Amino acid sequence: MSAIDSVPLWIVVAVKSGLLLFVVITTFAYAMLFERKIMAWMQLRPGPNRVGPWGMMQPAADAAKMMFKEDLTPKTADPLIYRLAPFISLVTAFGVYAVIPFSESSGGLWSIGDVNAGILFVFALTSIGVYGISLAGWASGSKFPLLGGIRATAQMISYELSMTMSVVGVLILAGTTSLAGIVHAQNRLWFFIPQIVGFAIYLITAVAETNRAPFDLVEAETELVGGFHTEYSGLRFGLFFIAEYMNMITVSCIGTLLFLGGWNAPFGLVMIPGIVWFLIKVAFFMFVYIWLRTTLPRFRYDRLMAFGWKVLLPVATLNLMLTAAVIALAPQ
Amino acid sequence: MIGSFFAGLGAIGAGFRTTFSYFFKKKPTIAYPTIKKQHAPRFHGLHELRRYADGKERCIGCELCQIACPANAITVIGAENEPDDRRSPGERYAARYEIDELRCIFCGLCEEACPTDAIVLTPRFEMADYRRGSFVYAKERLLVPPEAGVGTAPDERPGGIPGDLGAVIRRKSTVDVQEGYGATWRGDILKDQRKGLAG
Repeated sequence: MSAIDSVPLWIVVAVKSGLLLFVVITTFAYAMLFERKIMAWMQLRPGPNRVGPWGMMQPAADAAKMMFKEDLTPKTADPLIYRLAPFISLVTAFGVYAVIPFSESSGGLWSIGDVNAGILFVFALTSIGVYGISLAGWASGSKFPLLGGIRATAQMISYELSMTMSVVGVLILAGTTSLAGIVHAQNRLWFFIPQIVGFAIYLITAVAETNRAPFDLVEAETELVGGFHTEYSGLRFGLFFIAEYMNMITVSCIGTLLFLGGWNAPFGLVMIPGIVWFLIKVAFFMFVYIWLRTTLPRFRYDRLMAFGWKVLLPVATLNLMLTAAVIALAPQ
Repeated sequence: MIGSFFAGLGAIGAGFRTTFSYFFKKKPTIAYPTIKKQHAPRFHGLHELRRYADGKERCIGCELCQIACPANAITVIGAENEPDDRRSPGERYAARYEIDELRCIFCGLCEEACPTDAIVLTPRFEMADYRRGSFVYAKERLLVPPEAGVGTAPDERPGGIPGDLGAVIRRKSTVDVQEGYGATWRGDILKDQRKGLAG
């Protein structure tokens, strides 16, 4: 019995949530700087370097700027939904962190709640997140956001199918839907080796799910001005921004848990704590994300849909059937 | 179809390799306000009116620069020297000498036209200001202040005679402009007065 058991549950959860919120917001802020720096270096620029040493205070400067910008609502907008939409995006983006286990914990120390259907909870919440984007597009009452919102709906539905299919392969291998259980199942072999196809599909669909380049059709600056957030300004725009990066970190965390063995140490390097391994793996995912953005140009919309339905979905289905067949036929 | 799939994959891979290799390359950016690039010796920047060693103005008010100027940026009005207060060694001097730096295209034809090497282009290029009117440089701002020497002809500047641009760039960024390299800018001295004008 550790000391944590004698404290009432609601206090533990409240403290953990507050702490996690702080950590996650800070991570978001520096993820943004991380992205700007890496993109700059890949484009032969030094990146932000004016605010603080190496531009370390840049996120604070950006936040201050956002707060002092005017909060505009177009005349044609539906005021209630227009104001509500950013919060839908944000709340779902934050909610996911309630079930993510960050490290090995027998007493549930490293997660707020270890739900036994964790992965289902994550997918349920991230699916609601798309409402934030499509409602924002619809409620803005102008054409570019509407187009962005419609695109978001279509794109999310197409890619979420393949994403879930690719994850089901892992669930079959692990035999559980608990995130901690999936990580435990990877003690010996990380799932990206037997599920290499599923891993590739997850990587691609995760980028599409978070509306990041090269699948950022939803905001597509060159065609749709800013897509769903064209009309947003100030703090409300900032909320969308936070939600986007939160989602990025979320899918990186989920990818780490499902395919890269979570907090399991590679090569038997167990003296380094699990949380460090977890963070390294998430950082690797984030780097790949940014690397993708600097390298690949945006998809054409019809090709995006064709790729989703005609390539990813069949391959994911095939992978799922193959995995199921191997598990069913293999002598256990 | 399989072949084109792998060809496409290879192309994407090449793209990833390119961006990754650029990640480690040295960035050519010069952090401008703190670090200033060393310009070529004959960089065409702000003008300067030089003097002789005895302090007399080189300009003799001949107006050849005004005629040579393709942008009509220069206005010269010459006047006869008073015998007891000679401004220049010649018969005449420039009573008014104005250059509109917003019209100027920094071609250096005035420099070439000048028979006495009075007008030269210095490497100084930071001329930003808040009002259009302040870009019309009067003679007081163009002339080398008497206490600052005679001004430097382009071929006297360190770094030697041009044509060796590469060597100059390789000498690269310095915070301190080399001795004799920077122009003496009357504007610095007049800055307080201008502030007074702006109110």
